[in-house]
This record gives sequence, structure tokens and C-alpha cells, in this order.
Amino acid sequence: MSHRFLTSIAVGLLAAALAAGQALTSAAPAVKTSTSARTADGQPNLQGVWSNATNTPLERPQNLGAKEFYTEAEIAENEKRASQRAAAPDRAGTVADVHYDVSQFGLDRGHATLAKSLRTSLIVGPEGKVPPLLPEAQKRVADRAAAAKGHQFDSYENRALSERCILWPNEGPPMLPAGYNADLQIVQGPGYVAILQEMIHDVRVIPTDGRPHLPQNVRQFMGDSRGHWEGNTLVVDTTNFTDRTAFRNSTEKLHVVERFTRADDNTILYEFTAEDPATWAQPWSAQIPMTKIDSPIYEYACHEANYGMRNILSGARSDDREKGSN
Amino acid sequence: MRNRFRSSIFVAVAVLSTAVGQTPAYKAPRTADGKPNLNGIWQALNSANWDIQGHAAAAGPLFQLGAAGAEPPGLGVVEGDEIPYLPAMAAKKKENYANRMKLDPELKCYMPGVPRATYMPLPFQIVQSQQNIMLAYEYAGAVRVVNMGAPTKSPADSWMGWSNGHWEGDTLVIDVTSQNEDTWFDRSGNFHSDSLHVVERYTPRSADTLNYEATIEDSKVFSRPWKISMPLYRHVEKNAQLLEFKCVEFAEELLYGHLRKKN
Repeated sequence: MSHRFLTSIAVGLLAAALAAGQALTSAAPAVKTSTSARTADGQPNLQGVWSNATNTPLERPQNLGAKEFYTEAEIAENEKRASQRAAAPDRAGTVADVHYDVSQFGLDRGHATLAKSLRTSLIVGPEGKVPPLLPEAQKRVADRAAAAKGHQFDSYENRALSERCILWPNEGPPMLPAGYNADLQIVQGPGYVAILQEMIHDVRVIPTDGRPHLPQNVRQFMGDSRGHWEGNTLVVDTTNFTDRTAFRNSTEKLHVVERFTRADDNTILYEFTAEDPATWAQPWSAQIPMTKIDSPIYEYACHEANYGMRNILSGARSDDREKGSN
Repeated sequence: MRNRFRSSIFVAVAVLSTAVGQTPAYKAPRTADGKPNLNGIWQALNSANWDIQGHAAAAGPLFQLGAAGAEPPGLGVVEGDEIPYLPAMAAKKKENYANRMKLDPELKCYMPGVPRATYMPLPFQIVQSQQNIMLAYEYAGAVRVVNMGAPTKSPADSWMGWSNGHWEGDTLVIDVTSQNEDTWFDRSGNFHSDSLHVVERYTPRSADTLNYEATIEDSKVFSRPWKISMPLYRHVEKNAQLLEFKCVEFAEELLYGHLRKKN
């Protein structure tokens, strides 16, 4: 439960606040590349600890239509309004007021270092949205919801993968900003790029030696990633997902291509394209800048401290007893 | 003739001295920045995860698993085969063993800590860069990033601890502190406290093997430091890679099954 609470707080803050004191100044839509940084064995250097925290929503707010970029002046105005909202105290007696001091534990978005962007949504293009679900995907989602109805608290199997500490929706691929601790570390060895995401401590060790994907029958929650270099850009192709991964309702046919380009010393431009012929009519793409931070990755022992699961289920059983259904 | 005679004597002496003396030290290949190259996918081939001390084969705790659940025998990895428990702590080890089906953190899919992560019966990968070295374990997706710069202080206790590394010749030495008290050394209930201090040494001994040593110090539990050692073997398969072993869902029935709705 605590995870859920923290997440909802973080999401709330996301929505409510453009972080105070963080400048969202210039961002050129075009990809610049930095060629100066190389590893000892000559690979483009993506190493370091990075944050993909952002105030830009994945999907564009309805009222912005096809507007893909803010102007500098609009960003400045957004920022001003956000800092006023952030400065407002929590209403006395609310959960936020009583339970959490968001100035602690890095939960305050104002603590996060944010990459600069003028984008109105992480998803690129005139639509700025995840394409609508195909009819077969809508049916899948509806069937699942109908089957779950009334059984949400029956057992651990009925809870979300994230609550079970199996897979968080930010982990991907594609990797999206987590509500909090949106940090990742990249380490490069000969023939491999390893990406450790703090949420929830999974490592992607990506071979870049040109080997083929795993056989079709070996499927993984996070799929099977293969990388190669195109100039200064790391391109990672991921297949072999499970149907339980369900990235925004995808199936095991999900195919993700990610591109990592070191734009300057302090920025990686991360881009991805997701496609799944059983879910969306066309592929869709997003751009998320990552900014370098001066901090270690902490160990996020999600499962080891998952008191939430026990509490959710024992609470539900207690309810059952009160209703006499047990 | 004299020359030939002399050279054959020389060869005989050389052979003799090699046989009697130490094997010449293996020198590992270098990475692009001149460090010993430990990159690869490695695994211990022993039964230390069942019991780090020498032990005969034994039936497993669940008869339903038959021979597949049996404990494989092993000669142990503890130097001198003795773990110097303080008297009261030896009793706790026995208790742990008796209650292992309830207490062993491995059953719950908890991160294994150091050194147990090294000899879990699943591989781990070393990804070595100039600034730091990542150790990624297949088991539970556990991981640690070893800082190879100036040693830093741990911000908080954790399951996999805080690792500062440095090179001593060809040996990677990792100082591990700040582990919590919730991990074990094996399925036999060998344990430690939150004062555990582990110094690991990874030394290349051939192209495809490393020697692994760990010195274990914990004054709350042991009367003196003690040592384990074992070889680690490289996965030489061309397609070797770490796969997902997200064991949470294998442990959930054990952890939460009693909270399932009854009909």
C-alpha cells in the first residue's frame, strides 16, 4: 500500500506542480550529438547516473491540439504558476498534510533535476497521443476488466504486477519516468551496455555484438534486448515480451526500438518507437531527455519490503469476515 | 656435444623447478584502459548454496520433490571447514536450520547479499568500465555497482551492501559493508549480523576461471575473521546471457497464500 500511496502522491505532484526553481529553458528539437566523450575502447560514452524525471506528460493535453512545442515565454509562465501552486501549503488535516513531509525523501518534485524540453508531450507528432486501441485490443481489455470485477482483492494474483513488485510500468522497455526515483545508471563494458533502473532494481544487460534474439519460446517480462551503434547513437531492439508485460495493453507481439544519443555532457536524448499489430493501428514514438545527476542509485528493495501486499489482502479478508461471507 | 649436454641439464632443472615450485602466476588480458579484464558471465560450480561447510548428500525438506529436492554433497568452501561462531550464535545457527522452511530468505526471493550472491546456482555477469564495475546477478535481478574511485561511505544499509573496489595487481578487491542482517550464507542457516564486513578478492587464474575469496568479519557473531574460497567458471557458450529470474511470483503462494479469499 505504501508504494501506491507514494506513487499517487508523486503523480499528484507531477500534475500539480511544475517543480519550483527548476529552469525549463531552451531545447532544440533537433538532435545534437556530442562526439567528445568516448569510453576507453572507443564506444560513444553514455555512462553515468541519469534522471528521466520530467514535467512533460506522456500524452498532450487536449486543449493544445496539434501544438508540439511551447515557446520560451509559455514555459516561463507555466513554471511561474507551478511554483505558486507548489508553495501553497497542504490543506490542514489532509492525508498529504498529516502523513507526508514531501520535503523529505526526495518526494518533492522540486528536488528532482529535470532535463530541459519545450515539448508539450513526450509523444512526438501532431497527435501527441498513444494511438487508439484496435477493436481486438479493446475487447481484450474489456474481457480482462470483466473477469477481474469483484475479485480485485481475492489474492495476490489479482493485484497489479507493480503492487506485487514484479514489474513496474516505468521499467519498459520503453523506459518511462517513474513517479519518483526516476534515476538510472548506465555502465558500458566491451560488447555490453548495462542499464540499471532504480525502480525497481532491474538491470538490462544489452549485448551489442550482433547476436540474434532469443528463440521465440523464451519470453521475458522485460523482453530480450539487442543493441548496436549507429554513429554515436545506441539503437536497442527489443522483442520476446510476455503477454503479461502488457505495456499500455500490448500483447507479446510488442516490439520496441530505443535510441540513446549523447546530446551534450549532461544530456542523453532517449527516443523510442513502440509497435504491436494486435494493439495499435500504427507505431508511435516519444522523446525523453535524460539529464545527468550527481547521485548514486539506491537499492530499491520493493519485494523485500512489500508490507503493502500483506496489508491489502489481510484488510480484504477482514472485510470478508465482517460481511459474513467467510 | 658439450653444448647439447648442458642444455639438456638445463631443461631438466627447469622442469624440476616448475614441478616443485609455484605455478607461474597467470596474467590476465587487459581492458582498453589497461586493467585486468574480468568481463564475462561467471558461475560457481559447487554446493555451497546448500551448505558452505563440507557435507554429505541428504534428503531435502520436502519429500514430494523426491530426488530432485535432495541436497547435493560438497567438500565445503570454508577454509579449515570451521565457522568460528560465538557460543550463543552456534545455537542460533542450529535453530535457523531447524526452521529453514520458514526463515531462509532465499525461499522468499529476497536479494541474497554478499557473498551468497556469488555462489547461488545461477550465473552473474561482470560489466567492467573505467569508473565502476557492475555485478549483475541472475537470481532475483540482484545487482551492485562497485565504486572504483575514491572509497565512498554508504548512505544506508541494504540487502546487497555498499561496495568499494580497487586493484591489487591482477586482483579485484571489493570491500563490502552496510549489509542488513536479513541475508544468510546458505540454506543451512549460517548467518551474520548487520556488522558484517566482507572483503572479496577476484583473481584471474586462467582465461576462463577466476579464483574467488571472501574474508568474513562480524564480531557480533564470530570470534575471529574467517575465509571462504572457490573457483568461478566462465560461461563460454557463444549465446550465453543472463535471463530473467524474477522469482517473486515463485514465492508469493508461500508468502501470501494464507490470505487468499476462501469460498
